[in-house]
Amino acid sequence: MKILIVDDFSTMRRIVKNLLRDLGFTNTQEADDGTTALPMLQNGDFDFLVTDWNMPGMTGLDLLKHVREDERLKTLPVLMVTAEAKRDQIVAAAQAGVNGYVVKPFTAAVLKEKIDKIFERVEG
Amino acid sequence: MVDVNLDNKDNQVGSEIRSLAENMLEQLEQGDIGKAVALVNDLNQLRDRTLYNEIGRLTRALHESIKNLNVDTVGAASDITETTDKLTYVLEMTDKSANRTMDIADAGGPLAGAMGDRAAELSARWKRFMKREMNTSEFRELSRDIDEYLSSSVKDSSEIKKQFSEIVLAQDFQDLTGQVIHKVINLIRDVEGRLVTLVSMAGQVDQITGINHEFEQSTPAPDSGPDINPEGPQTDSKADGVVSSQDDVDDLLSSLGF
Repeated sequence: MKILIVDDFSTMRRIVKNLLRDLGFTNTQEADDGTTALPMLQNGDFDFLVTDWNMPGMTGLDLLKHVREDERLKTLPVLMVTAEAKRDQIVAAAQAGVNGYVVKPFTAAVLKEKIDKIFERVEG
Repeated sequence: MVDVNLDNKDNQVGSEIRSLAENMLEQLEQGDIGKAVALVNDLNQLRDRTLYNEIGRLTRALHESIKNLNVDTVGAASDITETTDKLTYVLEMTDKSANRTMDIADAGGPLAGAMGDRAAELSARWKRFMKREMNTSEFRELSRDIDEYLSSSVKDSSEIKKQFSEIVLAQDFQDLTGQVIHKVINLIRDVEGRLVTLVSMAGQVDQITGINHEFEQSTPAPDSGPDINPEGPQTDSKADGVVSSQDDVDDLLSSLGF
């Protein structure tokens, strides 16, 4: 399982990376915004994308839209981990095709639950 | 668009205008058009004089207050540069502290994990001994391992204890950044107060000269569908349209068929 973690704050990337490692996902890579992440996704065989929303360059929502438009990437499971907490925003992310939505600050248990749920649905 | 309304501002000017106007009406009633027209000119002059006086007075006041703002913002300008530095400092401090804490957790976690694993393994062997399922040479080996474990756990647990106090120390950023943020808040409050004075002064100039600004009507943004901008963390979780917990997010998503 190869996972790409996208967040402009290195601390948050590290937290997510550590939590994923504790959940048994050790093959992770990092990017600091959508502009860097998109070519990585297009050129690498990632199985899962964890992205923040509010980032300079390309936002997580735009990254999600690009992923859904890309013929090869459109089925990639995407989990949004973000401080954006408005109902309109969550609805917009859902409409853009997000697979899970976690609001910051979050706990390891919540992250695990959402990831499990996404893979249950993808595999099932 | 400029129109002039002088009468409501200054009582003295008002009564002067009134007496001129009444005088003018009188002249008209008496059929003296020439005098009436002359009075219209007087009215015009009065308007101009009052207008220029008021504008002059307010311009001076405005100038003074801009100057004041400048004098203090010479300080504030360097303060503001300093503020940017201060906020950069906050960013660096929080970053350093977060990474230091995570470094310690990364080091301490495996240590505690290994201690637990070793204890579990020894405990299983100890149970076998208690059930008398162990021969002498195995027991001798067990004793040696237990002895080794006890001394290494003394060392490891004191290491973990040290790491805990380092984690506590790493929280000093809260105090340090808090003080800096307080200073920044005070500066912003100060500048805000001065700007408010300036704006109200400018408003008075508008009132006296009768200038009406035509503000652009803020039209509601067209419904751009899912094109929604990020706003960063919501500081008021009770505000309209803001979810207050992950449970709310889950409820909302499940209502959308997730």
